[in-house]
Formats: sequence, C-alpha cells, structure tokens
Amino acid sequence: MSARKDRWVSSLVFLLFCVSSIPKCGSASLQQEPSPQHYFSALEAGKTSLAFFTPSVSPGAQPFLEQIESSAEALQDYGVSVVKVNCPKEDVSKYCGKENALRKAFLFRGNRLIREFPTDALFDVNSIVANVLFALLFNEVKYVETLADLENIENVLKGKSNMVFAYVPATGTAEHRAVMEAAFVYGTIHQFVLTTEAALLKATSHDDPDVSSAWLLFCHCQQATEPAQPCRRTALAQPLTLLSIHRHLKLMGAPLVTEVAEDPEKISTVHLQLGLPLVFILSQKETYEADRRTAEFVAWQLLGKAGVALLSRDLVDLNVLQRSNVALKTPEEGMPIQYLVLEDTDEVITLVEDKNKVKQIQEDEQEEEEEDEEEKENNNQDIQDDQVVEAVSRDKKRELPLEQVLVLTEENFHSSLSKAARTVVLFYASWEAVSLAVLRSYSEVASLLKGTPGVLLSRANCWDWPGLCSQENVTQFPTMRIYKEGQQSVTYGGMWGTEELSSFILLSQVSCPLKLATMDEAEGYLRGEFPPELSSHHHTSLLGVFSTATSEAREAFEEAGNILSGHIRMGMYFEDDALSLSRKYSVSPPALLLARSGGRSMESIALSKHSVQDMVQMIRYQLLDIFPEITVSNLPQYLQLGKPFLILFSAGDISQMESEEMLKVAKGRAQQTFVACWLNLKNTPVGHGILRTYFSTMPSLPVLLWVKLHAGGQVFKFPSEQPITEMNILSWLEKLQAGLEIPSSTLSEEDWKPPLPAYDFLQMMEPPVPELSPHPGDTPAQQPSQSPRGDTARGDTATREEPSQESTAEEIGSPGRGLRGTAPRLAARDKQGKRHSEL
Amino acid sequence: LGLALCAGSLCVVSGATFLYHDYCVIGAGPAGLQVAYFFQQAGRDYIVFERSHAPGSFFALYPRHRKLISINKQYTGKSNSEFNLRHDWNSLLSHDRRLLFRHYSRDFFPNADTMVRYLEDFASLLKLQVQYNTAIIHVTLEKNEQAWNGHYFLLTDQDRKNYKCSCLLVAAGTWVPNVVNFPGSEYVEGYETVSINPEDFTGQTVLILGRGNSAFETAENILGVTNFIHMVSRSRVRLSWATHYVGDLRAINNGLLDTYQLKSLDGLLEGDLEDLAIVKDKKGKLHITLRFYLENRNISSDIDSITLPQDELDNFATRAPYDRVIRCLGWKFDFSIYNRSLRMMPGKGNIKKYPQIKPSYESRGTRGLFVLGTASHSVDFRKSAGGFIHGFRYTTRAVHHLLENRHHGVPWPSTVYPITQLTNSIIKRVNEASGLYQMFSVLADIILLRDNATIFEYLEEYPIGVLAELEMQTGRKARNGLFVIIMEYGRNFSGADKDVFYYNRAVGEAQHAWQSNFLHPVIYYYKHLPTEREMRLRHPDWPLPRPDAIHHIVEDFLTDWTAPNAHILPLRRFLENCLSTDLRNFFAESCFLFAFTHEKLPPSCQQGYVRMQGLVGGQELRHHAVQAGLLQDYTHTDFSDDRPPDSHDGSQEQLMRDHGIPVHPLQHLVNAKDE
Repeated sequence: MSARKDRWVSSLVFLLFCVSSIPKCGSASLQQEPSPQHYFSALEAGKTSLAFFTPSVSPGAQPFLEQIESSAEALQDYGVSVVKVNCPKEDVSKYCGKENALRKAFLFRGNRLIREFPTDALFDVNSIVANVLFALLFNEVKYVETLADLENIENVLKGKSNMVFAYVPATGTAEHRAVMEAAFVYGTIHQFVLTTEAALLKATSHDDPDVSSAWLLFCHCQQATEPAQPCRRTALAQPLTLLSIHRHLKLMGAPLVTEVAEDPEKISTVHLQLGLPLVFILSQKETYEADRRTAEFVAWQLLGKAGVALLSRDLVDLNVLQRSNVALKTPEEGMPIQYLVLEDTDEVITLVEDKNKVKQIQEDEQEEEEEDEEEKENNNQDIQDDQVVEAVSRDKKRELPLEQVLVLTEENFHSSLSKAARTVVLFYASWEAVSLAVLRSYSEVASLLKGTPGVLLSRANCWDWPGLCSQENVTQFPTMRIYKEGQQSVTYGGMWGTEELSSFILLSQVSCPLKLATMDEAEGYLRGEFPPELSSHHHTSLLGVFSTATSEAREAFEEAGNILSGHIRMGMYFEDDALSLSRKYSVSPPALLLARSGGRSMESIALSKHSVQDMVQMIRYQLLDIFPEITVSNLPQYLQLGKPFLILFSAGDISQMESEEMLKVAKGRAQQTFVACWLNLKNTPVGHGILRTYFSTMPSLPVLLWVKLHAGGQVFKFPSEQPITEMNILSWLEKLQAGLEIPSSTLSEEDWKPPLPAYDFLQMMEPPVPELSPHPGDTPAQQPSQSPRGDTARGDTATREEPSQESTAEEIGSPGRGLRGTAPRLAARDKQGKRHSEL
Repeated sequence: LGLALCAGSLCVVSGATFLYHDYCVIGAGPAGLQVAYFFQQAGRDYIVFERSHAPGSFFALYPRHRKLISINKQYTGKSNSEFNLRHDWNSLLSHDRRLLFRHYSRDFFPNADTMVRYLEDFASLLKLQVQYNTAIIHVTLEKNEQAWNGHYFLLTDQDRKNYKCSCLLVAAGTWVPNVVNFPGSEYVEGYETVSINPEDFTGQTVLILGRGNSAFETAENILGVTNFIHMVSRSRVRLSWATHYVGDLRAINNGLLDTYQLKSLDGLLEGDLEDLAIVKDKKGKLHITLRFYLENRNISSDIDSITLPQDELDNFATRAPYDRVIRCLGWKFDFSIYNRSLRMMPGKGNIKKYPQIKPSYESRGTRGLFVLGTASHSVDFRKSAGGFIHGFRYTTRAVHHLLENRHHGVPWPSTVYPITQLTNSIIKRVNEASGLYQMFSVLADIILLRDNATIFEYLEEYPIGVLAELEMQTGRKARNGLFVIIMEYGRNFSGADKDVFYYNRAVGEAQHAWQSNFLHPVIYYYKHLPTEREMRLRHPDWPLPRPDAIHHIVEDFLTDWTAPNAHILPLRRFLENCLSTDLRNFFAESCFLFAFTHEKLPPSCQQGYVRMQGLVGGQELRHHAVQAGLLQDYTHTDFSDDRPPDSHDGSQEQLMRDHGIPVHPLQHLVNAKDE
C-alpha cells in the first residue's frame, strides 16, 4: 500500500518538476484581454485566474506588472492563469474605474473573486506564487499563531494522519513558496500547518533556533495512540526547498524498518535511491524480537538520515564473521558492504552520522564551487595534494640556519674539497620540494655536528650550477655524497632523517672496514669503545676475523665494507694472532663476530660464501633483530624479507611476559617464515592509523595481529580473550594457516591511480577557430567543415581542417587587416576572465 | 704523382692521391667550427676546409657596418650556465668556459671583429683540425659499396688537390649576394661594396632595394646626412618583435621606420623589383621607371625618349630622381661547386636561397651529405633560430649525435631515471635548457618510457622533424610510449601584421595555459611513436601530429616555471593521468602506513621508502602537512577513546583512502576519479 502511494507521489512530483523546471514548455502563458467585459465573459467555472487591470494608455511601467508577468509560467503549473486586462479609456467599471484597483491583482475562481492582493504583497515571483497558492489552499494549509492552536490540530490528527509543521520567517519568501508548493502536492495526504510566529518555533525546536531561517517538522501523529503524548517529530535538517521537503516527506513515508531476506548487495530502498546509507541489523531467529526492537530504536534515531533494515541471517547465507551484527551499505555505486561488530546502538548512529557529515561537507564544497560559476569542472585540480610540496611551500618563509654549511659553486668546488678530511656535499635543486625538505634536515645535521673535527658540510644547488652536478654525475635530487681525499666518494643511500644522516656522516669518519692492529683494539672495538670517535655511537659492531690464508674472503669483506660504509660499524682483524681471537669466541676464520648493544651479546657466524653481493646481503640479514620494535625508519629492512608479519601493537612498552613469549615464537622453527615484531604506539603513533584501518573500533591493547603482507593481504586478530603465550600463538597460527580463521580485514588491493584528472587541453584545443570567430554569422557555415574530430583518422582531420582555417583567416582579415587575429582573441578573452594583464 | 694515371672510377683508392678523412667539413665559420668541436671531442677523423686564412671570413667582411645584431647579454641574475646560454647568442658550445662570448665583448650588440677574434680563439684553443687557404671548388661522388653511404665524396680545391671523405658536412653558409637583373641594374651599387662612410652620402637622395636587416642597417648609417631615403621591396616590412623571428627587421636597425612614420621624408614602398628599371639622365641622376615602358621602346637611345611613369601619372611615388641606388637583398647558398650527381637542389618558394634538406639536416639528394649552419635554415626559415649561431649550435650537436649513432654505434646520449623523477626532470629542463628555448618547435626533449613506465630514458634536443625515425636515428627504443617536450609560442599570436601588445595578451591561470601566447613549454604524450604518415599529415599549424594527450605549462613572465601550484602541480596531474599512476611524494610516515594497509605502494614510496630512502621530514614540515590536512597527526590520539576521534577536526581523517573503513577521506587526497 505504502509503496503504491510512494509511486503515486513520486510520479506526481516528477510531473510537477517537469513542468516547473522547463519554463518554456507551455505556450506563452500571459493572456491578454482587450477589455474587462471580454475577460469576465470568458471566465470558466472552476478555473482559477489571477487578473490585473491596466489602462490602455499606461501611465508608465509598473515594476510589479513585470513580476506578475514573469510569474505566469510558474502559476500555470498550478492551473492558475494570469490575465492582463486592458481597460479602455472610457471604461469606469468596478475594476477599471477606481484608481486604486489598478494597483491590485485579483484572484478569481470561475467568476468568483477569492482574494485581492495589494501590489506590495506581490514583490517577486516567489511572493506571487506563495500568496496565490496560500489563498487557494486555504483549507489544506492551516495557519496558526499560538502553541495552543498547534496542539489542538495535533490532537485532532492523532491516530488519523500525519502533520507537516512549517515555520517561515515571513510570508512571500522562497521558503514560503516551497512549503506552499509542497502542500499543493501533499496537502491531501498530510495536514500542513504554517506559522510565522517565532514563539512557536522556539516551542517546537530543541535548542536556540535561528528565527531568521525556516524550519520544518514532520509530526508522526498517525501512529500516536496516547492522547497525552505529543506526536513524535522529525525535523528537516537541510534548508527548506521544494526538493528537500519532497525528499523529507518521501523518507517519512517509507517504512520504518524494512525486513529483508535476500542478499544485501541486491537490496535497494528509497534511502539508497535518495543517496542515504542503509543500515542492516543482522538478526537470528533466536534474537529476532530483541533485534527488531533494536532496529526500530535505531531507525527512529536515524530517521531522515539513513534507512534501517532487519536482515535475517537464517534466511540468507552470508559469508561474513559470525560475530558481525551490523552491516552498512552506502549509496555509492560499487562500494562493498561493510560488516561490523558493534557493541551498542550509539555506535551505529555515529557510524552513519559521521558518514553524512563528510558527505555534507562535500556537498557544501560542491555548492560553493558551483557558485564560482563555470568552475564546476575544475574539481580541486589546482589544490595541492602532495603533502611534501605543500609542507615545504608552507614552510618557505622560515629561514634555515645554514650558516654552518658551505655553499659550493663551480668555482670553489674543487678547492673546497681539499679543505677538510671529509667533505659532505648535499646536491639539491632549490625549486624541488623533496630537496628542500632534506635541506631542512641537513641544516639540523649541521648544527648537531657543529665542531666535529675533520668534517665539512656543504651544499651545491644544481639549479645554480648544473655543470657542477652533471660533472659529478648527479642526476637525481637530492643526493648526498661524502668526498674523502684520494678516495672514491660515497653516495648516501639511506633515510633522509636528521638522525640517519648524522649517523652516516659520523660512521663515515672511520674507514670501513676498520683494520684493527692489536688484540686490545679488537676487544675494545667489540665493546664499542674503539675507535674513540664512535664511542658515543651505539650501534651493532661487526668484526671480520681472518687468518692470513683467507685472502679471498677478506677481499670480499673489504669490498662489502665499501658498500656498507656509513651504515654499519665494520672492523677487520687479520693479524697473526687472529687464531687466539677466534679461539676466544670459538669461531674458525674466516668468520664474523657480531656484538649487539655494546658487546653484551655476541654472535659468531662462519663465512662460507665469498661473493661480495652475498656477503653484503648476509651482513644486512644478520643485523636484523629477531623480535624488533618496528618503527617508521626500520620497517623497510624487514619489508624486504617479503614475509608476513606477526606484529604486536602496544600502547607503550610491552610487558616482560609478552616479550618473552613473543621471542620464543620468533626464535622457534617458524622463524624463517614470518617476521615477528612489535610496535610501540607511543614511538610510532601512525600505528593508530593502521589499527583504525583494520578495525572500525579501536581494539583493546595490546593486540596481536597476523598481517599477510605480500600474500593476499588478510589481517587476522589474535583472540583478545586468550593470553599471549607461545602455545596460544602457535595454535592460532596453525588454525589460520589451515584457513579456519576469518580475517578481520584485508589490505586494499587498489592501484595508485592519479588522484585527480588533468586539464584536458587537447579537447579544449580541438575546435580551433569557430568559437573565436568575431562574426557570429560565419560560425554555422564553417562549423560543419571544422567540427569533425574525435577519433577520425588523424591525418584526415588535418587535411580537412586546413582549407577551412585558411578561409576563416581570410574572412577575419578582410574588414580591417590590423585587427586580424587579435579581435577574435579579445572576444574570447572576455569570457575567461581572470588574467593578469599588466604584470 | 699517380694523379694523372687514375681518373674517374678506374682509380682505386690510394692514399697518395686522395687525402682521406671520415668527415670533411666545408667552411670554418661558426657551424663548421662547432661540428669540428664535436668531432674532436668524440675523437673522430675529420678535417675542416676554409678558403680564407682564418676562420669566420664572412664576419671579416659582414655586416658592413660591423655591428652584430645578436645579443650578448652579460647579466641575467643567474649563475646557471645552461640558462645563461639562452641569452648569449654568439658563443659556440664547448666545455671551455673561457670560450664564452661575454669574455670577448662587453657590448650588448658586439662588433663583428670580435666575432672573428672569437672564432680564431675557438679554433686554436680547442685545437680543431682546420685547413686554411683551401677553397673547395668541386665536389663529386664516387660509388663504392664499402663506403658508409654507398659512395665517397671527392673534393677538389683550388690547387687541384683532392680529398676523399665518407661523410660531407657543408657549413659554407650563404655568401653569394642576391642580385636582381633589370634594365639599368648596372647603376646599382651592392651592399658588399658600397661605401660605409656617411660623408659620401651628404645631401644625396638614396633608394635602397630590399627590406632586410642589411637594408635597414645601411639606411640607419646614412639617415642623418641624406636628403631622404626610399626603400623598395616586394613584401611588407616584417618586424622581429611582431614575428618573434630574429631574422626579421630588428628594432636596433629600424630608425627609418620612425622617420617615415614621423613624416620626415624617408619612406617605404612595396613593389616587385623584377618590374623595375632605372635610367640615368645626363646629370647622372637615376630615374625609376618600369621595365614595361622600356620594352615598348625600339632603340635604346637617350633618356628623353623614355617614358617615365610620371609622364602618365603625375603623382607617381618615386618620381623624384635618386643620386644612388643600393642593393641590399641578402645572400644565397653557393650551389655551383656541387656536381650534378649530388643533386643539391635549391628549395622552393621563399627558401630557394637554401639547399633542400631533410629535417635531419641531411641532403634530400645525397645520403651522407649534411648541411649545417645558416645554409640549413630551410628547416625552420622564418620560424626558429636555425639560421643563426644561437640556433644552429644546437642543431649541429643534434647532427653529430645522429652521425655517432649511424656510423659508430654510439646511441643518442640519454639518462635513465626512475619514474618518480619524471616531473622533476621535465621541470629542470624547461627551466634551464637553452637548446629547447632557442630552437623552439624544432628541437625537442624526448622521454621514452620503459619497463611498464617504472623508469624512463631522457633524450635531449632531438629534431622533431624526424620524430618518426627516432628508433633508427637514436638507437633507443620507444615501446612504452613517449613524451615530447618542446617550447611554443601561441598559435595565432605573432605575425608580421599582428598586434602583439594587445591588452590581456598574457595568460595567468594554469587552466587556460593552452592559450598562452608567449614562449612556453608544451608536452605531447604519445602511446606509440608517430609514423611518417602521421607526421606528414599533421595539422599545418601543429609542429607534431595529434598526440594522445597534451599539456601546456602556462606562460610565465620570468620564464621561470618552478611555481609549485601554477606550474608543477598541473604538470604532475598531466603525467599522472597519462601514466595512470600517482606521482605524489609522501613522507616516510605515510609510506609506513600504506605498507601496512595497502598491497601496493605509490611509486614514490616504492622507489624511496621501501629502498630505505624515505623522506623523514622534520617537525615543522610534518606540522605544516598536518595543518594542510594532508597528513594525520596521530600523536594526540587517546587510546581510551574507543571511537575514531573525528570530532576535533574534520579535515584530519584524510590521508587514508576509504576502503569501507570508517575513516573519512579528504576530498582532494583520494581518488575522485571513478575508475
């Protein structure tokens, strides 16, 4: 029943829109009558007309007449014809004779006068339509002045029909017109009540309302059974327009909760059609009653914002987590349905309201854009969306403390390199954002390393000195290099952070690998005390132990040292007593000793592979921690392993127990197949962003996740009720490997597409001349020869366009040669506006 | 000794009779020396023949009034040497910084003697192989299948010495004066020999034939001492500031336009010189008449019997007699020394003073014969700067690259970059490249995409006329699509008769960039290399065939295209849409987030962060990015709050794309475009 009503309403409204939005679709709607006699004799019973009388000799144009004339079309949609009656000079009848009658308009139904309007009530089309409809819909739209009147009407309606109550600041406004137009359509279904009393507005709305803006309430009186209770009300949240009222009434007419028993992907309701989301409450037979109540409760809360449907899981086979209890379907085409586990109804409501908020913002922005005329196509293309570029340009006014950094030029480059034992050069381009971002870190490095002996920090701007940069083979910006006298320069290949840069520069002070001469040095080196330059620097130390016989391995190690220079502390010992060192740590040369955290733990690795690449890779691998804390700067090292992550998110440091259990898992036989790690949200706050992406609500911390990076991208959450122990973890891992667990989330597979379209200059350039022609008459004649374009063979287009262009030039040229070419451009220019003319 | 014995094709190549070189260059002018420099650098076997005893013999004589009209801008406010070449029209290209013209002259318009001195230094400092006092008087071909091009070039000098080369580069310029023959042309003095002493013209009335820079230069010199000067030529005057063509009349020479338009007796006339005739009266005055009147006459007797135009039309413009008539009609290429087998043909129409060549500067008639320098101007006559030092120094380099590839298997020099550097590499070049700037719409930078557009190869200053032959000419492959970067003026902006100073001529907004009028960079994108057919059938106004997409960088008053929002951002969007990828830069933190939430990473994270070269960014920068709504600040997140903290600032939840997760996208950070 209600569905049919909907359809009826919508088709009527559609019809209404059709006529009202195509103003010229009827014939000329203003009728002219030569005399009052003519007019009155022609009046048909039941037809409504708005007439005004003018003396045939007009005493001057009356502005209100123009407004009446222009309202004729709008009124025609409501069956009201507008008639201009000419008064012959000698006529002294009722309407023509009196002087003041000429300043009024008269509304007739048949030949009965319904109302006369003074001209000051008819100041524009809105006021004319509003007032005429107000007069015609006298019975359908009740006007109230007091709260008591309103309550009376409400009480009468209870149990019978619903009420639409509107406040407008004044009659004759656009809002008034919108309400009257809506009443014209819906007046027979709902009772319309109108007021202009601010007091009534205050009584019906919650907080302090704005009396200057209109307000509309839908009062659900039909369902109200208790006489003492007021009807439930749903306010219209958008500004009052015919469209928004129609939409609101349509939503109010929709069933409160829809019961569905099919795949939610296929369901479509009024809400989705109107661009609102649809919330599914997932129900089961056992909990049906409670779910139904929940659904209704939620539906009342979301009335006008979203639809609510009750989906019975027993009837539909859903491939989602058993625990999911709510689903959200958004109106956007192609968006998947989200299945969520929510704990209370407030969450449902915030979920929807936040969605709407964003949409509302977007709509507002769009409206603003549309107001900007013609700029509609330009959807923010000119707004910077590169975070680095934007950050740098916002920071450009800050002067960088670069006094410590020597500026290199083509002239002083070579002489500067010999000034210090080591010269660090940052090659950059002063217009390039990433360069400038790095230059900021570099200036911090300069102040950190101020006073470090033997290190000179300098910079070379490749925009000023391109010859220098190409001579140094710098093809990318930024590039940092360390030049040492008599040695090959070392190019930096690490993170562009202050810490990493300074550490690199410091480590580069000593040669890599460092040749250790005595046992004492070797021991001191492993403890992190030797060489003294690096004693403040806490890094893992790597010592290669070689016997004199193992030169092949030693050479590879030295080569690897060159590659890893600046990133790792590498030492080398190959004296005769290398054996005693190897005996002490029970390794046989060639071998590596790895001293983590100042020599507190020592590992030894036998060297078997002797190729440089293998050695580098092996050293890199050995430096990785077994159970690291993942940070922004160390993640790439672990990502390169190409394994899934078992990661524990923690709000702060993890507990001893968790740490030990995780370490056991990490060291276990599964070690080779995944990366076990943890993330401290205090140190790496962006972890919140990750969790927020995985879960709709923040899970309780710590939370252990299995993230299948590089392989399907599913994310599994370790059951929060289980304690984090090796046993539990391993059995959970087994279960999820066996496919028995349902992922909580899946990584987006989306490609990184262009964020926004580009200006389509090709399309703009295609029709070359016609639009610019100064003679409007010429254009149509030329168009056919020039318009063919698009995907016709390119050659054809070219040849076809050639002659026509010639002729255009001729034609333009003929009247005044001096202006040829410029006049049409000037004409085109006006349309575009916004150009800088002088400077 | 064996010279007489072996003649013609019977002669087997023998070192005794023919001096052999891989490359022979005719003419040690700027173009000849320029190509010699490149051969020298590449270690090629070459020789330059110069008929005079020193390089640049043309400049030793011309311009007669000794003022070069090529600018020598000493200061630009920039130290970028490549950029500064944009405003140095006299230097040749070399690695030697001493050989910059500003070290030779402080004049904005230098003296021609300075040019001669400069060229001498260029040849000697760089130790170029130039053989002076050798005038090549005949060039012919010798068929030989072993030769690079199927034939050798045989050159003969004035002493009958012979030279043999595999490849001939003609850099002889245009030096044969254009002469018009009409009755009475014997009374005409030539620009080559006319006096340059103004005193010789005191109180005289002068007619000048021609309307180029040499004509105006001659007029300028005597403007103050003559009664009046009239100038006749077939076409209207073309002002270089209206045509942006440096070969048209330059403002420095146009004093006569002033005196004409300011009613000071001097004047310009249009008329075909072929119709002209000059008769001399008894007093030695020269009268202008028309050939047509003379032809009607039977016997060539005295002046009185000749009809003068003013006899019939008594207000005929040039009815006043002249004391002198000077011919300043420019020069043409010397076609005479080439044997017919070389098929060195003059061009058609207004380029008939130049030999016919292809856009690769190779002769249309003979493979292996290249025309360089001024004589090669037919490629871009009245368009670009290929006929002038500041243009042909680049086209000469391009020819050298073509030769290196063709004969020595050295492909066109290129640099390979990761795709993240795409925007940067274009911005760098359009801001500093001088070849693109001087040889606008003729030379182009080419970007060849490789490996599924993850990397690209950058080729500089390739002649776009032979774009279709790119793979063959450069030895580089264009399988994944390409970008062509050129500079263009607005299509209908300039011309001899156009108002180039109208209001609102400058476009300021990036979205209207395609209507830019001043020189600006244009980037063409092709999914496939255009074919020869497409090149041939291109729109006559377009330098290239219709691309798959095109981008104009909006003209800039300072020719500085580094503005982040007006220049770089629209370019990035264009490139992104051509390649269908996201070329934004991201801080390491964003990449970290993407690594855990996306299967794929944007290129800048892929090629930077993942390779441990992430951009960490300091406190301030991150703060700015957060303020701009382009980075989320998670540090203030309260764990106890179960809900996403969306209440404090709507614009913060932005970096994340919305994947069915209640995190709200910032409109301009996410994919607004529906796939």
